[in-house]
Amino acid sequence: MKTFDIINYKDTRSGFGEALYELGKTNPKVVALCADLTGSLKMNAFADAFPERFFQVGIAEANMMGMAAGLTVGGYIPFTGTFANFSTARVYDQIRQSIAYSQKNVKICASHSGLTLGEDGATHQTLEDIGMMKMLPGMTVINTCDFNQTKQATKAIAEYEGPVYLRFGRPKVPNFIPEDLEFTIGKALQLTEGSDVSIFATGHMVWHALEASRMLDAMNIRAEVIDIHTIKPLDEAAVFASVQKTGCAVVAEEHEINGGLGESISRLLAGAYPVPVEFVAVMDEFGQSGKPEELLKLYGLDAGHIAGAARKAIGRKR
Amino acid sequence: MPTVAELQQIASQVRRDIIRMVHGSASGHPGGSLGCTDLLTALFFEVLDHQPNPFDMDAKNQDLFLLSNGHISPAYYSILARSGYFPVSELATFRKINSRLQGHPAVMEGLPGIRVASGSLGQGLSIANGAAQAKKLNNDPKQVYCLMGDGELDEGQVWEAVTYAGAKKVDNLIAIVDYNKKQIDGSTDDVMPLGDLNAKFKAFGFQVLEMNGNDMEDVLKTLGNAKSETGKGTPVVILMHTEMGMGVDFMMGTHKWHGVAPDDEQTEKALAQLEETLGDY
Repeated sequence: MKTFDIINYKDTRSGFGEALYELGKTNPKVVALCADLTGSLKMNAFADAFPERFFQVGIAEANMMGMAAGLTVGGYIPFTGTFANFSTARVYDQIRQSIAYSQKNVKICASHSGLTLGEDGATHQTLEDIGMMKMLPGMTVINTCDFNQTKQATKAIAEYEGPVYLRFGRPKVPNFIPEDLEFTIGKALQLTEGSDVSIFATGHMVWHALEASRMLDAMNIRAEVIDIHTIKPLDEAAVFASVQKTGCAVVAEEHEINGGLGESISRLLAGAYPVPVEFVAVMDEFGQSGKPEELLKLYGLDAGHIAGAARKAIGRKR
Repeated sequence: MPTVAELQQIASQVRRDIIRMVHGSASGHPGGSLGCTDLLTALFFEVLDHQPNPFDMDAKNQDLFLLSNGHISPAYYSILARSGYFPVSELATFRKINSRLQGHPAVMEGLPGIRVASGSLGQGLSIANGAAQAKKLNNDPKQVYCLMGDGELDEGQVWEAVTYAGAKKVDNLIAIVDYNKKQIDGSTDDVMPLGDLNAKFKAFGFQVLEMNGNDMEDVLKTLGNAKSETGKGTPVVILMHTEMGMGVDFMMGTHKWHGVAPDDEQTEKALAQLEETLGDY
């Protein structure tokens, strides 16, 4: 079985910050806006190096989204930065009308997504953002799994014309995607090959899915782990190809069960290739304070739960 | 350069267009449209340095106008068509199926002149802030204009944008408030009193001008003054006193024609008060 080694432990938001700084050097059209979270979003390097292209808007996310749309009128590629909750729920109508419906080339970059922001608790732990953003026509939705992939994705979306929601997180997590691996928007990454069950994972859950596949391997269960970094547009061909081989699936995401990647994949399969699907997600609850790893365990979002869901899916095969 | 009399003639035709469009689709917002007609006429036929055709989404080296109170789309569409952005005949499709003239302005249908959708209120001034900053980055000396309704100032986002523009000295921005003191549910004093708007904008760091938005000479003079106040370290706002429904006697002095279409008889009565100067579509 193919293995992925931990290169180091890094936060995904730092991958965003590094790539933004590099984009600043290479692409004069890239501008950035931040709502009083420059340090948290790791945007300092860009802000310090390119002060004329950095817009500190204060704690005023609605104005930030509108300004980003306005900056595209004049040819700029704006990257907005704040926490996922304030990047989506707080400004949904602004994104809907001024960015998505207006077809503006804005990159909405969101840190501190999911449960793993930890101790700040449910006010800040958005678990609904993937659902909200994937419902907007024309919106590309990307949820990256580690530092290297976040860096690759940040650079890739600058080259893509159209509105994008890029979701990443706060804690230091295993960095395991090779730096030179090609990142293509809308193209899923098959990380392991397997014949018994497909595990479709996104964001921080990808590493947990790899760990689950190792646990399953010890039980002679071969799991195919596929990193769905682009939730919309979904790589339908990759999903079909895998389940046609394995006959069942698990979807793992740091998100509510309602509205997440699980719904996207099960809708696709229900229409064209029905197979048993199990879901590892937050089950219609708000989060709470705690350490990231404690929260993932409590809400059933870890390798053990993914492996259990895989066995359940296999057991449901006809 | 058109004379005041010529601009007033254009405004009369635009008002006819508004009544006919709203009647034609049996829906739309005539009140605010009629009130803002003189301003839009002055802007698009005299004040703005703009190029209707070919339409440049980025408005490079052009003045840029953004409509935040998107419900006055009949006035906006008429002005855009009459100033050459798209064929006047297309006004007949307003609010009808498969039209580029959506109920509220939209980008997706590709109507020249529209750079951002509006309709959900309170968003335009933020767009204007961004577009004005883009002009500065581009060393583009032209101005960004943004029209808002007064009822729209109830929205919190407007004050986020006002705070930003004042604090960050967005001095290539001219905001205009259609100060007709009416909104859907009644007078602004009844629904949500706005207080001393002049003092409020001053406190946020704006240069504040006031004008009678239905007096073409005053409109031209004040827009000229506003332009000369740009580039001096503060954004500019014009409190534009208007009469909702201006030009049609039974639509004036009330908030009731905010979003109601006239019937056949009312349309005939309204059109009898508005001279056809450029030919109906």
